[in-house]
Amino acid sequence: MSPVAANIALQIRQLRKAYGPLIAVDSLDLEVHTGECFGLLGPNGAGKTTTIEICEGLLDPDSGSVELLGRDWRTQAQELRELLGIQLQETSFSEKLTVFETLALFRSFYQRSAAVPELLRLVQLEEKRDARVGKLSGGQKQRLALACALVGDPQFLFLDEPTTGLDPQARRQLWDLINQLKSGGRTILLTTHYMDEAEKLCDRVAIMDHGRVIALDTPRKLIASLGVEHLVEYATEGAPLAPAVLQQLRGVRAVSTVGEVTQLQVAELHQTLPALLDKLAAQGAQLTELRTHSATLEDVFVSLTGRHLRDE
Amino acid sequence: MFSFHSPDGICAMNNSSSAGSSLFQLTKIRFLEFWREPEAVFWVLFFPILLASGLGVAFRNRAPEVIKIAIVADLANVANDSEARNIASALASNPGLSAVVQDAQAAERSLATGKVALVITSVAPREVLYRFDDTNPDGRAARSLVDDSLQRAAGRVDPVHATQQLETGVGSRYIDFLLPGLLATNIMGNGIWGVCFPIIDARRKKLLKRMVASPMSRTEYLASFLLSRLLFLIFDISILVGFGHLVFGVPVRGSLAAIVFICVLSALAFSSMGLLMSTRLSTMEAASGVANAAMLPMWILSGVFFSARRFPDVVQPIIRALPLTASVDALRSVMLEDASLLAVRSELAILGLWLAVCFVLAVRLFRWR
Repeated sequence: MSPVAANIALQIRQLRKAYGPLIAVDSLDLEVHTGECFGLLGPNGAGKTTTIEICEGLLDPDSGSVELLGRDWRTQAQELRELLGIQLQETSFSEKLTVFETLALFRSFYQRSAAVPELLRLVQLEEKRDARVGKLSGGQKQRLALACALVGDPQFLFLDEPTTGLDPQARRQLWDLINQLKSGGRTILLTTHYMDEAEKLCDRVAIMDHGRVIALDTPRKLIASLGVEHLVEYATEGAPLAPAVLQQLRGVRAVSTVGEVTQLQVAELHQTLPALLDKLAAQGAQLTELRTHSATLEDVFVSLTGRHLRDE
Repeated sequence: MFSFHSPDGICAMNNSSSAGSSLFQLTKIRFLEFWREPEAVFWVLFFPILLASGLGVAFRNRAPEVIKIAIVADLANVANDSEARNIASALASNPGLSAVVQDAQAAERSLATGKVALVITSVAPREVLYRFDDTNPDGRAARSLVDDSLQRAAGRVDPVHATQQLETGVGSRYIDFLLPGLLATNIMGNGIWGVCFPIIDARRKKLLKRMVASPMSRTEYLASFLLSRLLFLIFDISILVGFGHLVFGVPVRGSLAAIVFICVLSALAFSSMGLLMSTRLSTMEAASGVANAAMLPMWILSGVFFSARRFPDVVQPIIRALPLTASVDALRSVMLEDASLLAVRSELAILGLWLAVCFVLAVRLFRWR
């Protein structure tokens, strides 16, 4: 391992993968630092899974290179597999086996492996040790998948959409678990299309769209790059206020209209909101909707692409 | 052996215990998945016994058939009526015949509907007319039995004295013929399904992809299927051969080692076929279509339930080349005729060829995703 690359766990250069006419990954460059939790964020079809599967050695790229833990898939595949923990989207483990048997099976594949009881404790499945996989809830199955990813005591962990399809409580439980793994010093690359997940878990985030990275930074800096901290959305009955009027309210940076709803990007919520309400009252307009929220990565995505993340 | 604690509390150590060997684990889960599927246990272990019992009972050797015949009597004609009764009493001494006296119309109907094989009409004193269907074996047998009885009753003396000794041979019954065929069929079904089904299921569930992403040895993954098939073979052989031998007295004349050898070779050949079928498919529907398309012709053509020699000569080379035919013929020869492995070498060669071709193709074509 060269000294320069010492703190780089994953280096992707000019990566490209096409499926027929569809370019899934387009000249992608990316660096993941040792010990960080890096998020690939983007809507379905942005190329996240293709990218992560190339990094996992499951897909061959059309061109470009991937250097993982200072190694190359073309020459050191078996060595790399020993060092990685992988959770795929939608793996179904055999329903007839118990949690313990599933872990024992995966454990047998690795030369160095973690003890099963400790893994069970870590993913909070100790009570389900002898339960059949088919009887587990969605969150428990996902935690089992995580345990299977951890069974080889990996240096690098790939998590592809780890909380998709889970209920809010199960998602929070999994987030706690991933945060615990981060503190264990492992490098994590995760994909998600949930902005809140990326904000909660990731040290740095790359926002992907159409196979390219369109923004890359810490979640905080990405949000700050919007130049606004809050968003106000409202709808009224009666004549709407003209955008020019809204633009002149204190603290308003931008105005946009989506259907009935008017959206204001706002720097100082406590100054803008009373002014807006005064104007509306003077106009005699009836508020039918009013929402405010802090700016999120979702808003970053919207401002970069003009689309919402989960618009299919 | 060393171990360390990472800050998240996972303690890692070197894996060296044999219980942790992945071939052992992979083979073990094949068994667990099987035993925990009650339907699979029924179809694989008990159904062959039910089938063998059912067919064995249905086709068991019966006492020699009694052939039914009708004697026409004209009730209005006293002379004819007494002639008919004479014939009836002459035939009564023959245990192979059962005669009824009917009027002409009823006898006609009995013959037409196959209730009797032959109708006797007394035309004149010491003159009878036999009416029967010459293409029906029962009709010809009845003609010969009836004529013998009538001629002897009328005083014929046979110039050659003949005595007969009756024998029912073990080894020539239908159950003896059937059992080796069922054993081979069972090995075929379990070999093809037992390999094809779990692999396609793992591919469909993305489990195969997940396992391939780990350092699992792909050779050991495939080897675990062959190994578990060979272990299951112990059940296949002992259940069917043991049951047939103990309940129906089916003979095991050849050496047990030869039988086991043929079964192992068959199991490997059919498992390779299953492996070949599993290389590309990713849905159960496609799998069952392909598996049935391969197995159904063999069930019919390979001489499991009746001799394959009955098919026309043109198709015989094709039938001989089928792996099930080779397996059935080899097992039958060894079990029933005490043939040596050398005597069934052409069948073994056919099985070996299927094994090699299917395995090489399967390894070339196998899709791990």
